[in-house]
Amino acid sequence: MTEKVGVYICHCGTNIAGPVDVEEVARWAKENLDGVVLARDYRFMCSSLGQELIQEDIKNEGLTRVVVAACSPHLHEKTFRTACSKIGLNPYLTQMASIREQVSWVTEDRAAATHKAKMMVAGAVRRVQLQEELQPTEVPVNPNTLVVGGGIAGIQAALELADAGHKVFMVEREPSIGGHMAQFDKTFPTLDCAACILTPKMSDVGLHENIELLSYAEVDSLSGFVGNFDVRVRKKARYIDEDACTGCGICIEKCPKKVVDEVFEAGLGYRKAVYRPFPQAIPKFPVIDRDTCIYFERGTCKACEKFCPTEAIDFEQTDTYLDLNVGNVIMATGYDLFDCGKIPQYGYGRLANVFTSLEFERLCNAAGPTEGHILLRDGVTEPQSVGIIHCVGSRDKQHHAYCSAVCCMSALKFGHLVMEKTGAEVYSFYIDMRPLHKNYEEFYDRLLQEGMHFIRGRVAEVTDAARLPGEDGKLIIQAEDTLIGKQRRIPVDMVILLGALQPRFDAKETGLKFGVSAGLDGWFTERHPKLDPVATMTDGVFIAGTCQGPKDIPDSVAQGAAAAARVQGMISKGTVLIEPIVATIEEARCSGCRICNTLCPFNAIEYLEDKAVSYINPALCKGCGTCVAACPAQAISGAHFTNDQIFAEMEGLLYDVIGSNGATVKSPQPALEPA
Amino acid sequence: MSESAFEPKIVGFLCNWCSYRAADLAGTARMKYEPNIRIIRVMCSGRVDPTFVLKALSLGADGVMLAGCHPGECHYIEQNYKTIRRFKMLKHTLRALGIEEERVRLQWASAGEGALLASAINEMVDQVRELGPLHWPGNWADNEGSQDAIQALPREHAEAMEVPA
Repeated sequence: MTEKVGVYICHCGTNIAGPVDVEEVARWAKENLDGVVLARDYRFMCSSLGQELIQEDIKNEGLTRVVVAACSPHLHEKTFRTACSKIGLNPYLTQMASIREQVSWVTEDRAAATHKAKMMVAGAVRRVQLQEELQPTEVPVNPNTLVVGGGIAGIQAALELADAGHKVFMVEREPSIGGHMAQFDKTFPTLDCAACILTPKMSDVGLHENIELLSYAEVDSLSGFVGNFDVRVRKKARYIDEDACTGCGICIEKCPKKVVDEVFEAGLGYRKAVYRPFPQAIPKFPVIDRDTCIYFERGTCKACEKFCPTEAIDFEQTDTYLDLNVGNVIMATGYDLFDCGKIPQYGYGRLANVFTSLEFERLCNAAGPTEGHILLRDGVTEPQSVGIIHCVGSRDKQHHAYCSAVCCMSALKFGHLVMEKTGAEVYSFYIDMRPLHKNYEEFYDRLLQEGMHFIRGRVAEVTDAARLPGEDGKLIIQAEDTLIGKQRRIPVDMVILLGALQPRFDAKETGLKFGVSAGLDGWFTERHPKLDPVATMTDGVFIAGTCQGPKDIPDSVAQGAAAAARVQGMISKGTVLIEPIVATIEEARCSGCRICNTLCPFNAIEYLEDKAVSYINPALCKGCGTCVAACPAQAISGAHFTNDQIFAEMEGLLYDVIGSNGATVKSPQPALEPA
Repeated sequence: MSESAFEPKIVGFLCNWCSYRAADLAGTARMKYEPNIRIIRVMCSGRVDPTFVLKALSLGADGVMLAGCHPGECHYIEQNYKTIRRFKMLKHTLRALGIEEERVRLQWASAGEGALLASAINEMVDQVRELGPLHWPGNWADNEGSQDAIQALPREHAEAMEVPA
């Protein structure tokens, strides 16, 4: 070996130096490992003095490789790479051995710990000598951004970017933006009217010169890579010419077909076959629902067309495709509400006066089907008592193990609204009260003062089978009150089920389309749960709002703004460095078998027909190495994780078995060296 | 060397995103586990070429642990499913070569499951300690049966791939 390796053993105070004999490890490495020209131990390698120590040695001793045995590479690999590159050593010629997380903190016996540390240093020393210089590639960033989903998180993200002067394309599946928030009545804990705070932002989006709103549209495909994505958007046929339509609404007025509005009114209200989900919809253009329109059913009617003053109705319209080029993508695709009918003992769908939280929001909303009157399913009777059941489908291993985060506060809000509007008694059945954020606990306190009843216990069932006097004609909620240790039966007129927030029904396909992974529960996975909450594993694709996990409006807005800030950072910089840990195919060895082609979930591998070989696009490759392991001709190599590098590390780690020359030592079990 | 003093050497291949972070967490939480495992970081369990396992054993390791994200949680979306497939094939080969089941283990551990990883390592170390040294390089030369085993491989493979009617 011609490489000159410097080995640095960190004490990390006493974190490593306590359980590991660091001086001995350094001495041993210097004496026994080929290529090691110096080995030092130092109190804190990550300190500026520690880093300078390495830099001095590179300069004075001509080190060509550096091994730092310290903490996990997830903590300080970047620190040491940067320190080396500052003095002119390529950052990929360093290697760390995690002798804190994997040795000193987890090993009881000092001799065994010291021995294991030596073996790990040996692995790193062997490996580092085969490491190669790598250079990240720099690509320009297209300043346009795609925002997928026009709920509050997407709206916030789009406005932040557009206000900063950047072009945004917003794609929304429904005819209008606004998302779930547009359906709500009031928002906790301030009791602001949701529409009052949301609709100004919606119209800002609609009017903004930097935002191109593509509603009633979906992303068909996404290809490319950070800074340079190609997006194909399918604009579904509205049967309304958006250029001609003034949004006057005469078509809606004249349409003779009334249908139940399952989406916006949660099945409680009606809309026409040509409709706008709600009066403040953005954009203002209605949509003709092909499935219920009389003309599409029977070939005759066209009432809307007859009355439209601007001839904007176009029954011949078809889906159109738009091709966009953007540098970054923000996904804010939101959530679906749990189907409460899946818990049959709560009676949703069977007992008329059991409502979901979304249905209740519409009942309560002044623009809703009852004009804001809280009424039973008969449409006339006000309830005199209401039961609110928390955690329906959440914190329930049968359905979703997670907490849906918003239900406790929704229950308090509902309780307040019911008492304010009807004077009814309200009973909340909770497992734990979780009013987590600013002013939430105070809101809980307020409801306690207002006389809402709280019963701690999971509800066993909701039934209309009366057993006791006073239960006739009522819904009886049977639950154990765990605070007094008794079974209780509470007769009420109305039950509200706080259904779980769950991932969109098509979240999995969406994730695949955008190269975003999801956890077992189906929510999209952030790059780091604490330190990188809106980035994803795919560079240039960010997530915001409830598609990442259950959260309330303030958190969704915060994430929308955070994602926008991340994108703005990319735009300001103008270029992006692409990690050089990618796979490459050696054309001369590639037989063109195409086994690798189907293995890549990021579509980074394409087959070049003219050369009859496969090719890996380095900008798309994420460096997982699956294709490297699969290639039968070993034509693919994975930078920084080559077979030779991994074999070398393995040989080093097994130094006590095979010795320094690679030959197997006769006895596989030499005694542990004394510390 | 007496059998009771045998301390197995186990090579671990841990994926960067879940299981290596689980090892980090086990450390941060000061969970003590057996020092017999020596860990190699790979970006994804899908990078683990079956030859890595064979190489480790042939170099003198007594066992190999592969660890990755839980199925469905892979940071590269679905690559650990490819690990599962390869592992099944590899196990078949190892069985034919007479290598005990417990010596090569596939373990899922998410970044939050430091305790799970630590206990899996302990369990595996105990099992391999019980089995005794593999000492494969030596055994290979001594054992004449291994030649037959190699010749039996293609036939057993065909049987394994046969779809029952």
